[in-house]
Amino acid sequence: MTTIAVGAAAPPFDLPDTDGTRHSLGGEGAPAAPATVVVFTCNHCPYALAWHDRLVAVAADYADRDVRTLFINSNDAERYPRDSFEAMRDRVRGDGGWAVPYLRDEDQSVARAYGALTTPDVFVIAPDGAVAYRGAPDGDHGDPGQDAAWLRDALDAVLEGRPVDRDETKPVGCSIKWKP
Amino acid sequence: MTRPQVELLFWDGCPSHPQALEELRAAMIAVGLDPDAVAVREVGTDGAAEGERFVGSPTIRVDGADVVPPGDDEPVGLTCRVYRLRDGRYSPTPDPADLREALETAMTRSTA
Repeated sequence: MTTIAVGAAAPPFDLPDTDGTRHSLGGEGAPAAPATVVVFTCNHCPYALAWHDRLVAVAADYADRDVRTLFINSNDAERYPRDSFEAMRDRVRGDGGWAVPYLRDEDQSVARAYGALTTPDVFVIAPDGAVAYRGAPDGDHGDPGQDAAWLRDALDAVLEGRPVDRDETKPVGCSIKWKP
Repeated sequence: MTRPQVELLFWDGCPSHPQALEELRAAMIAVGLDPDAVAVREVGTDGAAEGERFVGSPTIRVDGADVVPPGDDEPVGLTCRVYRLRDGRYSPTPDPADLREALETAMTRSTA
């Protein structure tokens, strides 16, 4: 499987969130945004959990600049029931709701289209629909002080209309759990 | 004094085991054990996970006891294991203080 290259067009998608609301990227009728953050994540992975609050904080901090953030869970729920749609709903409900839509990629087609490898795997998409950053949120899942700095740097660059200095880093986390 | 038997079980699909092994060996040194005495074993299939009651990678056992005992409802399988550090943060590896404590407890038991 090939990961979508930085500079290439981000594959469009249309997926339901835990409330049943659909969210689309690209394609007709999809909302325009000065930048969109797409994060492949899940419920059961310690790396995804360790980075979760930092990623939610980025979404909150950039919301007033109309940055869209979408979390996508593509994992095989048959073998990993903690990543089922119901478990996703339970998690969001248990947290009293999330500021970021948590989308279900049941047939894994979106993860395949992006070539997502891990949870988390972060993509920043520029207003022209091109991938501007792909990789980890920052350099250390164990250090909250890093504050998703790589993602924030990429967003700042996209919002200012300049190239991202570090546009690709190695995603770190649990492998996406593909269906057999 | 009887040396406790220390095992690290891992699944290669999870990237946390090198860090776990490094932290385990550091903990063994800290309590006066030979860091090379740890037995490292890969769990590579669902059947092996079932047989080992392997609830995720890494799993560290001292004299057969998990250093962070999982709950009874913890599913067995090939996955990354979720730990909580003592300050509450999520982590792919156990808190080093939990490792040291488990080793010290086993050493105390073996000398009693």
